[in-house]
Amino acid sequence: MSKICIVFDRLRTEEKMLQKEATELGHDAVMLDAKITQVNTDSKKEDYDFGDVVLERCVSYFRGLHFTASLEFMNVPVLNKFDVANICGNKMFMTLLLKKNNIPTPKTYFSFSSESAAENIEKVGYPLVIKPLIGSWGRGVMQIKDRDTMDAIFEIRDITDSPHDRIYYLQELIKRPPRDIRVITVGDEPIAAMYRKSSGGFKTNIALGADPELCEITKEMEDLAVKASKAMGGGILGIDMMEDEQNGLVVHEVNNTVEFKGLARVAKRNIPKEMVKFALNFVRK
Amino acid sequence: MNCPECDATLKIPDDASVGEIVSCPDCGADYEISKKEGSNIELKQAESVGEDWGE
Repeated sequence: MSKICIVFDRLRTEEKMLQKEATELGHDAVMLDAKITQVNTDSKKEDYDFGDVVLERCVSYFRGLHFTASLEFMNVPVLNKFDVANICGNKMFMTLLLKKNNIPTPKTYFSFSSESAAENIEKVGYPLVIKPLIGSWGRGVMQIKDRDTMDAIFEIRDITDSPHDRIYYLQELIKRPPRDIRVITVGDEPIAAMYRKSSGGFKTNIALGADPELCEITKEMEDLAVKASKAMGGGILGIDMMEDEQNGLVVHEVNNTVEFKGLARVAKRNIPKEMVKFALNFVRK
Repeated sequence: MNCPECDATLKIPDDASVGEIVSCPDCGADYEISKKEGSNIELKQAESVGEDWGE
């Protein structure tokens, strides 16, 4: 019998599903709240009950990332690894790595001040999509259709001026059907996919009300998902793709702490069970 | 158990676990279960959604 530790900061359906599957597979599952766990420079893994492997499942990206750093400091096997979480959590790092690995991805422009970003948009032309470097569920993702919209968004960014607001991530608007594709990969293997259909606007995030629909994984999707997963460093990931009318499938995002409760209801394979099995095999290797 | 904010009755499922969020049906306040030993349940104010929350 093995023991898996699920680190959380808000216990969601996904974490309970993982716990249930681990138990049904005959393993122990221990739930650990990152919010009340203390670590110091003398901490050792024997001081805690981390089991054989940890699944880091915090909903707060920075909390999960820094907790993962603590775990790796103590030589605790953790999924996803710090380097994977670090890259996937930052859209610029992720996009650069996709492109570096020859994975089709939307053309993206980076600027390091509002003046420079404005100059670039005037050169490239409208529309472009602006995305915050850090963030999820479609928050802060906006279409810049004209000069007035750009001025408004940039002015607000200059006022709020959080460190990441100074980095401008602007992406071409892909012509596509009003949906995208989410492929869940476990250990570089695609195990389930869904279409996420827009509920009206151009965003297709489930968190914003998009309708999930089971998607058969084609060879092209599989190849692309495997390449994207390997490029990020593997683990348990959510690969998002769009069907570009001109260029076929493009990968626009890779998610580190993937949510799956909706897809799990309709997927042919048992998603949380595959995750638990992979985590335990990961530590045996 | 009653809502600390508006005193409405909070329905907490028997199988709820520490770390889960319960919402008040009347005022909408969110609470996190911080302790659960049998019928002895303690709640704390749930964190609000942060900029870095998500997948």
